Amino acid sequence: MIEVKDLHKSFGEAHILKGITTSFEKGKTNLIIGQSGSGKTVFLKCLLGLFDYEKGAIEYDGKIFSKLSDDEKRNLRAKIGMVFQGSALFDSMTIAENVMFPLRMFTKHSKSEMQDRVDFALQRVNLEGAHNKMPSEASGGMQKRVAIARAIVNNPKYLFCDEPNSGLDPKTAIVIDNLIQEITDEYQITTVINSHDMNSVMEIGEKIVFLKDGLKAWEGSNKTIFKTDNEVVTDFVYSSNLFKKVREMYLKDYK
Amino acid sequence: MTYLHNIGSYFLMIAEMFRKPTKWTVMKQLILKDIDDLIIGSLGIVAFIAFFVGGVVTIQTALNITNPLIPKYLVGFATRQSIVLEFAPTFISIIMAGKVGSFITSSIGTMRVTEQIDALEVMGINSLNYLVFPKFISLMLYPFVISIAMFLGIIGGMAACVYGGFSSLEDYIIGIQTEFIPFHIVYAFIKTFVFAFILATIPSFHGYYMKGGALEVGKASTTSFVWTSVVIILLNYFLTQMLLST
Repeated sequence: MIEVKDLHKSFGEAHILKGITTSFEKGKTNLIIGQSGSGKTVFLKCLLGLFDYEKGAIEYDGKIFSKLSDDEKRNLRAKIGMVFQGSALFDSMTIAENVMFPLRMFTKHSKSEMQDRVDFALQRVNLEGAHNKMPSEASGGMQKRVAIARAIVNNPKYLFCDEPNSGLDPKTAIVIDNLIQEITDEYQITTVINSHDMNSVMEIGEKIVFLKDGLKAWEGSNKTIFKTDNEVVTDFVYSSNLFKKVREMYLKDYK
Repeated sequence: MTYLHNIGSYFLMIAEMFRKPTKWTVMKQLILKDIDDLIIGSLGIVAFIAFFVGGVVTIQTALNITNPLIPKYLVGFATRQSIVLEFAPTFISIIMAGKVGSFITSSIGTMRVTEQIDALEVMGINSLNYLVFPKFISLMLYPFVISIAMFLGIIGGMAACVYGGFSSLEDYIIGIQTEFIPFHIVYAFIKTFVFAFILATIPSFHGYYMKGGALEVGKASTTSFVWTSVVIILLNYFLTQMLLST
């Protein structure tokens, strides 16, 4: 479980995060949603320790991240899997080498044990036989799946995904969403996803934190988001014509 | 203020580069890969330039010695002095600032733009040690490149001298042996080690701390070349002043 308490972050004069308090639960897919510029990416980077923050605390299973020693931070980070928006695969390595990378860095497994883990992770994301391809030879969807395989290969306790569906067609996006949800359930990982994709919200939003102008505007789940009367949330959710029409139809039937 | 900030960041980067070392099994492979990219990959162009510039230095020297009282072996002497003292260590380093420097800046800069450096940091890896340290170690073999440049420069001069009819082979060989001071080789290699450090760290700094997208990667490569060259020229002046003037 990850708990965030009164988190503040500024860049110079710009106050980006203005005191966010929330928690992300184990074994659930937790979504951070909001419009572009609402502070989602900054929030995620603070959670990952890529940005320092001025005030507040982030606790990983009761341990305050900023108070950990360098070694403790290193050990904690070895338990974190991350899927970046652009996949962030290492260009100079094959797909198998990319997936093996965390094992080579943090474990003392033999080569055959590492190979077995890589085979398992690639099979888990339906990429058997792609071992020797270079990332540049893989499609966007494949690259995302490789990034997921790399993130889960070392049995992480926490999985972070930054816009995992960006640049993907709707069908592939659903495959990626379902894959993340399956992995979260299967390994009881604390998964935090940064997204503004309403399909993801509907598919896998077991817990949703809605950010607006650096503040938490709403918190709930995919079951409650369509029933809320919070104007900020409804403006965001029903901004697309498709959702507007679905809502009108729903309200008509309801009456 | 920006310059001061950058200078401070540069030295902090160097200190950070030696902290939290990467696993040796991984580092070993990174070093070997960088030796291949930065050292072996540069031998061809260095050999080509050294050979022909050596020839040009000889021709220019020979054409400017018009007084019949000046012995012909001075062509070989002047070629050796120019190549060992300045051409090989300094001129080749400027060329390497373009070739190796822009390669380092663009490869690290692209990793920054595509979040690969963030991926390393998230995994708890010291990205500066992982990316810059192997380049620094592999460039410690740079004196090997410069030795080849010295040798081929002198051979190029000899070829130009003999085949151009400027002096005999015997005169040229006497010339390159005349008044040989071993410390000049030490001086050249001290400079080479200092320039190797500059070649590894300044381009890495510009790549690592760049901001923006693909266009900025190109701009960072250009800026890195300019600054690496400027620092090499300045250090060349100070090192020459310190080591040779008595």
